[in-house]
Amino acid sequence: MTNPVLKVRGLCKHFPVGGKQFVNAVNHVDLNISPGETLGMVGESGSGKSTIGRVILRLSEPTEGSIEFNGQDITHLPKSKVRPLRRDMQMVFQDPWSALNPRMRIRDLIAEPIKLHMPLSRSERHDRTEDLARRVNLSTSFLNRTPANLSGGQLQRVCIARAIATDPKLIVLDEPTSSLDMSVRAGILELLAEIREETKAAMLFISHDLGTVRMISDRIAVLYLGEVVEQGQAEALFETPAHPYTQALLSAHLPADPRIKVTRHVLGGEVPSPIALPPGCKFHTRCPVAIDRCSSVVPGTLTVPTGQEARCLRIPDGGNIIQRKEIA
Amino acid sequence: MTLLEVEDLHTHFISRDIDNRVRIAKALNGVSFSLQAGRILGIVGETGAGKSLTAQSVVGLLRPPARIVAGSVRFEGRELTTMPPEDLNRIRGAEIAMVVQNPRTSLDPLTRVGDQLVRLHQIHSGGSLEMSRKRALEMMEAVGIPAPESRAKSWPHELSGGMAQRVLLAMALMNGPKLLIADEPTTGLDVTVQAQILDLLRDLVARFNMATMIITHDLGVVAHFCDDIAVMFGGSIVESGPVADVFAAPVHPYTRNLIGATPEQFQKGRARTLGGQPPDLYNLPPGCALQSRCEFATELCRTPVPNKEIAPTHFALCHFAGTLDEMKPKEARA
Repeated sequence: MTNPVLKVRGLCKHFPVGGKQFVNAVNHVDLNISPGETLGMVGESGSGKSTIGRVILRLSEPTEGSIEFNGQDITHLPKSKVRPLRRDMQMVFQDPWSALNPRMRIRDLIAEPIKLHMPLSRSERHDRTEDLARRVNLSTSFLNRTPANLSGGQLQRVCIARAIATDPKLIVLDEPTSSLDMSVRAGILELLAEIREETKAAMLFISHDLGTVRMISDRIAVLYLGEVVEQGQAEALFETPAHPYTQALLSAHLPADPRIKVTRHVLGGEVPSPIALPPGCKFHTRCPVAIDRCSSVVPGTLTVPTGQEARCLRIPDGGNIIQRKEIA
Repeated sequence: MTLLEVEDLHTHFISRDIDNRVRIAKALNGVSFSLQAGRILGIVGETGAGKSLTAQSVVGLLRPPARIVAGSVRFEGRELTTMPPEDLNRIRGAEIAMVVQNPRTSLDPLTRVGDQLVRLHQIHSGGSLEMSRKRALEMMEAVGIPAPESRAKSWPHELSGGMAQRVLLAMALMNGPKLLIADEPTTGLDVTVQAQILDLLRDLVARFNMATMIITHDLGVVAHFCDDIAVMFGGSIVESGPVADVFAAPVHPYTRNLIGATPEQFQKGRARTLGGQPPDLYNLPPGCALQSRCEFATELCRTPVPNKEIAPTHFALCHFAGTLDEMKPKEARA
């Protein structure tokens, strides 16, 4: 087995909110991403998806745990040592309108990471910029414009061009398509799939849209209240989800095709506050198959027959499967 | 029974530019549809297609520079577009109710939620305060708010997103509306909460036999919660019909692309991506608004477009509706 590009162990991130209270955004997360692999990360708002993405790239400081990038422990590396590593780890943000400097031309925006990280002459840089623009299907006539003159889909293409400019080994994509119209979204996903084939870059794809994640990911991690409740191969996880939360989450997804029969279990209640986390299994307050023990015992990670790793106390007795109802 | 009949509605934004020349953005260009009691119509389309504007035009909530320049909106036979504001106010909030996208900004932050419900009932019913209070608690219970008595005393900022959306639904139901317009009712909510709200909405529609219009950009919501679909593009309804028919055999090129762009179709390898800018509403081309983005467009598309009948309830605004497969046989539908 090849060494993972990214190895995260016991990652925690707590934000102080005053009065000695903390928002426990990320709690003891373990992740591996192999070279060329796409890990999809799903969860509802407040589940810590974006925070994990930022902490991994050291855009936020972790509270606990370790992050290993390319075999190197970067958890406590000083900022000045992290900067050169950014060549190999890039990020695409959710909102392309605020991710790009409005006063720079598209040409300079795409050339910026090349200028910072690659020892190229001016003309080589110029050529590479145009190549990158063409690669993301952006007409080179846009290069002399400023972001205000481009649409959201075009701006997101610029962001992707910037992210792949330095041939990174890892790209973190934080909801890259959720601020775009659905017709534009498909084009961006197609582009990302192509780029993954060509560059063999590992990707961490963060999204709350299950259809999108399924389409693009090799493996999937499901988050609930800052904890990975289930992780495994995309196909297995979608076909036979083991954790009750994964089952409920997947069943809440509505495929855009009326012929697909939807069977589902609708969860009651809402996500508890990450300031006062429930004891035991964090999902027990909404879990339809919870037993008394779930409110006191923190479940460990178990491997189920279909290969996923899930954290649920009911897996050994087979009580983890929720009965679903068909909707009319 | 037809409750709402919208016919050939045109809404324009009329303003003046810096040189004092009149500028007109043609935001709605001949929108027609009707709503029946007990049925749910889903309106989909990309940003700027005119979905929300259609709803605002119907209930008379347009603000200058937007105004209706032609067309009619008839609610139970009464014409709404020319109705005096006082009369319209008696209908809005009572017979026609609206639920909007952002529940937090739609509630009065300085009034307890129970009092907001009571206030709405008082304005329209004129009954006793006691009766309104009772009704408020009933409606809060109907939308699945646990412990309505104590929740009624909450302030809007104390509610979660899902709870606030339930309060808005309760508010919409206070005066027993015949028509419910929901503008992106679940867009800001998490998927598990979205499922709760949509289930609730559909139960309520069946229980109170309301005519309902859901505006959304999520085709999944339309596929599983609506009876009929209307697809909007460039201020027109380009295709409309029963959900099952339109999804099974879309005939307008835009609808085909839209459905083809969903992850489900994408996986099946039938992807057709449609790029391009939304049409410039200040400068619409003659004929079809989609012509610059459409792979089938010909000279004919620059002439006025007929609303072709595909089946008795299935219509498409395209010269070539129903004949696209013959034009490009390699794209034959499954």
